[in-house]
Parts: sequence; structure tokens; C-alpha cells
Amino acid sequence: MTQEILNEINGEEKSKIKEILKIYENERGNVISILQKIQETYQYLPSNVLFYISKRLNISPAEIFGVATFYTQFKFKKMGKNSLICCDGTACHVNGSPILLSFVENELGIKSGEITENKMFSIESVACLGCCAISPVCVINGQIYGDLTLKRFRTILKNLMKNQNI
Amino acid sequence: MSKTLNERTILVCRGSGCNSMNALGINSTLKNLIQDLNLSDYLKIKLTGCQGFCQFGPQLIIKPDNVLYVKLKTKDIEEIVESHLIGNNIVERLLYEDPTSGKRIRNMDEILFYKEQMPILRKYCGRINPEDINEYIHVGGYLSLKKALEDMNPEEVITEIKNSGLRGRGGAGFLTGQKWWACRNAIGLPKYLIANGDEGDPGAFMDRSLLEADPHSVIEGMIIAAYAIGANYGYIYVRAEYPLAIKRLEIALNQARKENLLGKNILNYELDFDIILKKGAGAFVCGEETALMAAITGKRGMPRPRPPYPSTSGVWDKPTNINNVKTYAYIPRIIKNGSNWFNSIGSENASGTFVVALTGKINNSGLVEVPMGTKINKLVFEIGGGIPNGKKFKAVQIGGPSGGCIPEELSDTKMDYESITSLGSIMGSGGFIVLDEDTCMVELAHYFIAFTQDESCGKCVPCRIGTKRMLDLLTDIREGKANLTDLDSLEKLAKIVKKTSLCGLGQTAPNPVLTTLKYFRDEYEAHIVEKSCPALVCKNLISFLIDKNTCTGCEICKNSCPSKAITGIAKESHLINSDLCVRCEICFNLCPYNSISKVPKYRING
Repeated sequence: MTQEILNEINGEEKSKIKEILKIYENERGNVISILQKIQETYQYLPSNVLFYISKRLNISPAEIFGVATFYTQFKFKKMGKNSLICCDGTACHVNGSPILLSFVENELGIKSGEITENKMFSIESVACLGCCAISPVCVINGQIYGDLTLKRFRTILKNLMKNQNI
Repeated sequence: MSKTLNERTILVCRGSGCNSMNALGINSTLKNLIQDLNLSDYLKIKLTGCQGFCQFGPQLIIKPDNVLYVKLKTKDIEEIVESHLIGNNIVERLLYEDPTSGKRIRNMDEILFYKEQMPILRKYCGRINPEDINEYIHVGGYLSLKKALEDMNPEEVITEIKNSGLRGRGGAGFLTGQKWWACRNAIGLPKYLIANGDEGDPGAFMDRSLLEADPHSVIEGMIIAAYAIGANYGYIYVRAEYPLAIKRLEIALNQARKENLLGKNILNYELDFDIILKKGAGAFVCGEETALMAAITGKRGMPRPRPPYPSTSGVWDKPTNINNVKTYAYIPRIIKNGSNWFNSIGSENASGTFVVALTGKINNSGLVEVPMGTKINKLVFEIGGGIPNGKKFKAVQIGGPSGGCIPEELSDTKMDYESITSLGSIMGSGGFIVLDEDTCMVELAHYFIAFTQDESCGKCVPCRIGTKRMLDLLTDIREGKANLTDLDSLEKLAKIVKKTSLCGLGQTAPNPVLTTLKYFRDEYEAHIVEKSCPALVCKNLISFLIDKNTCTGCEICKNSCPSKAITGIAKESHLINSDLCVRCEICFNLCPYNSISKVPKYRING
């Protein structure tokens, strides 16, 4: 099975990954940094790439996957074209973030952690983004929106959908 | 015109909070305007890190006038330039308004939020450009390092830190000087330093702000520690969720290397030390020191039993000193002003100041630095400006998921390690979340246990299974399915998890439950016996009602209801079918006439 997965990586990609491994000196202590760089490149961790680096670094795939699945930063599937992150840190939580989350889940028909069928949207709920003074906070395509009310959030979402012609 | 024009510096806050509210737009509008008007000789713009008053961002400070403008829009900039910077007339409407008196405050030092603070750690935050080492040097930066290298031997440095009474600002409050001694005396080379910036507590952002606003203080503190302990390598571990902090740290580290403050023979002394920046990948347990060290070596961030302590066997099994980033940042201040000075601030068992992230149901939200021993009610009512919308202060949650809730009646308590611990909470890294009457304490306890249960690494049984069972019990209580024996089981289980877990995560995870059980047991009992949620939060125990008299039949609620539970004809009052209603609160939040109210469920169903 390993061979099969390895076959999917073409030469160009291989050199891209080798480049990343070179930055981190092929050092197993840098596994997390390597995975972060891979995710930066692919927006998620493709399993064939993980098998490939496991071979290059001489670490078992189990260990690589063990590390990758331990940390919440790492994703194993590509997120939607538009990423919606709702913060549910304590300050956001007491200031109404659960309502924002359930609203957007209803609107898009998916739960947090899922991607819409047309791959246009994904929702994530995270523990704290450190923007507590302007809670509740959501991050839409990298842009932070603070001091949200449901009314404002609804308008922001409407505009987003309009821009995507949905 | 230019005769009356005064020279001024405009400090534009570029912390994460203000950035998210378009500080970039404010900055470029201001820059263009000054250029267009040819005023660059008089008006200097300076980018700074977080100025602390994040809730009122984006903001800027005008020096030397000491005027703070808040909640700015790009269209306000022209008025500030024309009226204030050219015409010398302060723009009243953009000043901060005191929530109690309703007065606009002209001199920012008169704002209670700033007036009652004592910035030692945050002294340069929001005052200097964090991306320029020269600004840090200009305010006396790296002079403490020079002093330590020139006038003190390593032992004297550690003695000075020990005498200052500085305790770890990560939460546990261990004496920093003592920790340093242990690492200095440990056998094994090389020695390592770690600065813990893995601020995983939901509700805390002071480490982020410090790294974004004044990264050189942390670096200088680490170099002094390296000299004192005899360490050659350092790591700064920062959450990947903090991209701006990482960017500014990278800039600061490179600048420090260029100035020979890091590297070989630092400032031509016999000191070799360099720092590697490590990005954490998101795991709350990595705030625990042994888990953090596992993460730094590229492993799953799981803790291990202690001893051996990191000071004898830490990262790569070598002696390692690990402190919070704030602890390191205090070091240059203490070396500069002396241990007596630091010891004279604060309370008996805790010297110096501490930083809290004041958030939640509070008028003035932001970062606050006060002397140790400051009372809770001072933070809430003076600096914090009280509770918004005339609501009643209920409790304050201190220390994040490892901390607890302290009720209003105990708000006369002093904030220091021992006093807060005696109430069942911990100081933690400084999250301070104010709760009002609309917060359900059972729901809050459930929230924290859901968090710790999710973040439990799974290594030890009490934490892995205990938190899960606690969560199940709390869910039952919230849903009105529990009985009073469950409450006793919850308390018993919480005590067992606290006593028997391997690391700090499990040992403190029950604190939110135990403190709410101690101070708000009646709320738990209401959920169980009366099947009601006094704060009207827990979904299974509430219903929604439309007031026939004020409902205009605008249909907003009907059209936005996801479960089609609302019926009614346009322009006539609507009705909610309680059986279909999923209690999502969408209608409650969207109704333009506030016609929808929450009521206890039993009142409807009889």
C-alpha cells in the first residue's frame, strides 16, 4: 500500500517536499515544523506526502501520523474555499459565541469541522484566538471580525455569499 | 499656519486587536494625509504594539498632548488632523467616554482604566515600535544585560532575582531565582532555556500582546538568564495561532543577532547563546512543562511524571530552565532597578505586578497591569468600569480552565497566589473573565470540562476517563435529567481526578466544577430539583415566548427560524411552537422589537 501511495507523488512535488525537509535539516526533532510547512503548502496534510516524509526521515508512518493527529492545527482534508472560524474561547463564549456558531451551522447546513458539498465553505470552532477584548470573534478568510452581534454576523455572511454568487 | 503648528508624535496601535479593526487603514489614511499636507516635519507617525485598551480599538495616542482617540474609522482621521493636529482643538466625540459619569476624557492618564495601573512589564508596550531594536535601545533596552555582564557575576544575578521575590508568571508561582539555582547547579551540558509562550488558556492574551508589543524584553531577559544559568541554547515556544507575535519575534531575533546580542561572544563577553523560535501546533496540554519539552523535540505533547524535574533533565534530557515569557520580561526591569525596588511593590508573599486580561461582561475590556494584591472589586468596578447594561455582577472566572469562579461576595479578596488558591482557584496566567447574572454557572462548568476533556492527552486514566464522566454528569444536569445523587458523584469524582491525575492539566481541570459547586450549589440544585435554569441559558430547561402586544408581525423571526417553529400572518403577532423549537436563540437575537423573551420551560408546560 505504501508503494501505491508513494506513486501518486510526482517528481515536481517530491523536490518541493525535499526542499522543505532541507530547511529543517532532515532532523526528526523538527517534525512539527516540517508538518507546519507542509500544511502551509497544501493547506492540509495529504497522506501520501506524510508517507513520503516518513520514508525520507526514517520515522515510522505511525509516529508521523501520531504526531500529526495530536495537534489541532493539523488538518487531514482540504478546507472549503471560504474558511469560517468561530472562536469559542471563554470571553467569546459568555458573550454569545454559541449562538453565532449554531446560526452559521444552520445557514450552511454543516456542522463545525465539516465542509459543504460544493467545497465552498468550511466551519471550524476553535478554543481561543486571543482577541478576547473584542469578543465574540469570528475569522472569515483570514480577516478577524470582532464585537459581533447576530445581526452584524448575518449581514457579513450575506455579503460573503453574495460575493460568491450563492 | 506653520508658525502655530506643534511637533507631535502619533502612536498608532498595531496590536492584533486593533489590526483586526482596520488599524492598517487608519495608519495609511493618516500617513497619506500628512504627506499630502506636507506636515511630515511636524507630525511623526509611530507604529506600536498593543496599547492595552483593545475593546476600544482601533486607537491612537497623540503625544505630548496625551490624548487617546478610540474606536476610529478612517473617515475620522481627517478631522483629527485638521482640528487637533493643525487647529489644536481636541475632537471631543472621538475621546473615551467614562461609563459611569458619561464624561469624555481628554487626558488619557485620567482614564480610570489607565490611571489605576502600574505598568512595569507593559511599560514599553504601546509606546515603542516593536519592529525596531533601536527604539527599545533608546528607552534603555539591553542596558540591564550590559550591567549584568559588566558588574555582576552569574551567582549575583541569580541572588538578585531570588531576593526580588519574583515568582513564575505562568501560573504556579514557583520562585524564579530558586529554579535558576537548580538549573545552574545541575550536572550536564549543554544547558537549555525555554520561554513558554504557549498561551492556550481561552480568555488570556497577555503573552501574545507582550510578544507583539515588546519582544526584546523577553529576549533580553533570556540572555541574562543564559548568563546566570550557563545556558547556550534557548527556545521560545509560541502558539501558531499568533502569527503577528511570531513575525515580530523573528524580526527581533534577527536584529538582536546583528547587534551581537545573540550568537557567539555576546557583546565581546564569554557568552554564547542563541534562540530558536518554535511554533506550537495547538495543544492546551503543551502549557505543561514536560509536555512542552516533548513538543519541542517533535513528539506528541504528552507529559511525563516528575521527578526528574526539567532543571536536571529537560529538553534532550539536558538541564533546562523553563519560564513563562512574562517572567523573562521582568528580568531586565529587576536587574535595572534592583531587587529591593521590585520587592517593595505588591503584597507580602507576592512581589511585583501582574497582568490580567480583563474580559467578559465588563465595560472596559483589555490588558491591565496592577500590583500583586490588588482587590478583585477594584479590577471590576474601577479599572473595568463595572458591568454593562445595568446587569448585576455575579462572579469572576480566574485562571482559565485550570482556575475557578469566585463569587461577588468574595470580591474583596486580594489577587495573589495564596489568596486565590485558598478560594479554590489559581492565579493562572492571568485570564480574568467577568460574569453577570445572565451567565449560568452549570453551563460554564460544562464548557470548561468539555474543553479539558477534549484537550486531555489521554495518558493517565483519571484525566482521560474522569473528565469524560464528569462531562456526562454535567450534561445530564444541564438537560434536567440528573438527580441529587449525581451531584454527589460529580463532586466525589472531581476530587479524585484532582488528586490522582498525572499532570497539571488533570490536577486542575476539576477546579471550575468544584468552585461552582462550592459557591453556586443552589444553581446546580435548581437544574436538578426544579428542572429550571435560573440564568435562562440551558436549552432543555427554557422556552421562548413572543409578546403579543409588541410583536408587529414583521416576519423576521419566522423567516430565520431553522426549525420552522414560528407561525403567523404578516403584520399580525406570531407564535412559537415550543415542541418544534430547538432553542437556537436566533429569533431572540434578531427581533427588532425585543418582543421575544426567554422563560423557564415548566411555566409553559405546567
